[in-house]
Amino acid sequence: MKKDKLVRISLIFLAVSFIFIMLVLPLLLVAKEALAKGFAVYANSLTEGIAVKAMILTLEATVAAVLFNTIFGVASAWLLTKYDFKGKTFLASIIDLPFAISPVVAGLFFIMLFGRMSPLYPFLQAEHIKIVFAIPGIILATIFVTLPFITRELVPVMEAQGRDEEEAAASMGADGFTIFRKITLPNIKWALLYGVTLCTARAMGEFGAVSVVSGHIRGKTNTLPLHIEILYNEYNFTAAFAVASVLVIFAIIILIVRNYIEWRSKKKISAV
Amino acid sequence: MSEFEVELKNINKSFGDFKASRDINFGIKKGRLVGLLGPSGSGKTTILRMIAGLENPDSGDIFIGGERVNDVVAGKRGIGFVFQSYALFRHMTVFDNVAFGLTLLNKDKEFINKKVNELLELVGLAKFSHRYPAELSGGQRQRVAFARALAPEPKLLLLDEPFAAIDAKVRKELRQWLKTTINELGITSIFVTHDQDEAIEVADDIIITNKGRIEQVGTPADIYREPNTSFVAEFIGDSIRLDDISKFKGFDINEDNTSTEGIGGIIRPEFLEIAADESEASMPLGSEEGKVIATYFRGNNIQVDLEVKGEILHGWRSLEKKPLKRGDKALVFIHRIYSFKNNHTTILENRGKLKDSVII
Ligand SMILES: Nc1ncnc2c1ncn2[C@@H]1O[C@H](COP(=O)(O)OP(=O)(O)OP(=O)(O)O)[C@@H](O)[C@H]1O
Ligand SMILES: [Mg+2]
Repeated sequence: MKKDKLVRISLIFLAVSFIFIMLVLPLLLVAKEALAKGFAVYANSLTEGIAVKAMILTLEATVAAVLFNTIFGVASAWLLTKYDFKGKTFLASIIDLPFAISPVVAGLFFIMLFGRMSPLYPFLQAEHIKIVFAIPGIILATIFVTLPFITRELVPVMEAQGRDEEEAAASMGADGFTIFRKITLPNIKWALLYGVTLCTARAMGEFGAVSVVSGHIRGKTNTLPLHIEILYNEYNFTAAFAVASVLVIFAIIILIVRNYIEWRSKKKISAV
Repeated sequence: MSEFEVELKNINKSFGDFKASRDINFGIKKGRLVGLLGPSGSGKTTILRMIAGLENPDSGDIFIGGERVNDVVAGKRGIGFVFQSYALFRHMTVFDNVAFGLTLLNKDKEFINKKVNELLELVGLAKFSHRYPAELSGGQRQRVAFARALAPEPKLLLLDEPFAAIDAKVRKELRQWLKTTINELGITSIFVTHDQDEAIEVADDIIITNKGRIEQVGTPADIYREPNTSFVAEFIGDSIRLDDISKFKGFDINEDNTSTEGIGGIIRPEFLEIAADESEASMPLGSEEGKVIATYFRGNNIQVDLEVKGEILHGWRSLEKKPLKRGDKALVFIHRIYSFKNNHTTILENRGKLKDSVII
């Protein structure tokens, strides 16, 4: 009994000190550095033009990725769980691919596909479509790295629920859209929201893939993480940390939302 | 117009290489309560789902109310389907579950309220209308599923193993309840089961499936008394299979006087009369001698397992008669045997009975 208690206390101590050193301390340091030269400088580094542009671009890419992946995620999870077809497992692993490959490689992949070396390049050039080193490339890269999140959250939930409820609704005369809206969607609501928060968090923080395709054009193709890196490399620590604190704040908000969703869906499940 | 409310003609269905339905043909008259009975994997659910339109046959025609419905989608066939798992909408209350089909028909609120409350009254769940499916017992969920299927007033009610997930005692009550309710409503119904007692107790007619085929269609009594195929004879009732019936007294020749040598058959416990000695036996001359292997107390009778001419048979004995015990000799009279010839069964009566009656 006593030994048990000792083990528990030391494990808790270990975990807490680890979390403190690895997570809390850095966050505090971010805050301290960001405010090192006073609040005026802090506010200034956030409201200055390029920072605002980066923030807007990050939000744009995030919104685009979340929108696209919500639709894609629901559709693919639907396909993977409600239909039988050849190559289903193959499709499932393809969707997981962005998890497996490094974001930098993904970025290079888009450069190959749409950049100067691509056979598509002359066509894109003629049509005046700019993808790499431009906003479309950043959005594409963000979508790519966050592709599996929502599908992954939905598939197990939809698998567990089976097709019975949908078939019951169909046998009563409901059409496909009604079935989706009234039966499927309410059943996957919490899993979907959970997937959306994960996707949002990842999209906002994405660095590798975006860094490759962005071309680092200040005030044009820089997202928040890229902007932070540039500031940091210019030894502009205060500004770098100030901008970083924005990402930290977003992350904390997402964390709270995420926990709330988890708590809500757990409550639902325990009622079942 | 056909005389049948539901009719399947030459239906075939495969899943990949697997033939789940082979040349299915049957018709169901209006207002009948029909049991689709067969072993697991014999294709019962497949038949039900094809009638419902949740699965399409590869070939053949399905008629409901005289109309060919192969190309009619599930929701327009006028059927109510009760799923094995109930498939209640988990995020809706009992009331909303039952109302779902009616809202799809764009009925007005007042009508829906009235109808749903009526149905909940019928299934005895009026008090539970605001609960969620997760807050109900298995039997209650089953009744919600039943009410939900009935709400849009279907012409045909399909139930897939409606009692499978319910414990034995409640199941018995529900069976009776379902039978009376369906009879009162007069709605044509098909229910799937792999429990022969259930089918015999509940159904007006039974359709027996085996390996994707229909083996026999008939009333429970017909099927019990006159099984058409060896499969049915063995599947229904308590059956003892024999490889060669000719070795038993009174069964050496067929009705047409040909030898029964090598012909297989089925004996049921109720075909046996087990006597302790000659004075107890009603037909001592025609009886076989057997040795008691085991006895089991069965409440209202005793089951006696005997070895007779190398075969293990079992029959029942009244509690009032002299008890038999392991190792005792006994006389066994076999009243009849279902004999098999080319997968067709014939009932052979013991010839000794005819002879004895002539002597008396
Ligand atoms: N969607 C499907 N894909 C592949 N095979 C299937 C499918 N549905 C049914 N089968 C196969 O068809 C056969 C008949 O299935 P069915 O569900 O009709 O049997 P059942 O008589 O209802 O059995 P049970 O009593 O176990 O429910 C089974 O061998 C099953 O594996
Ligand atoms: Mg089945």
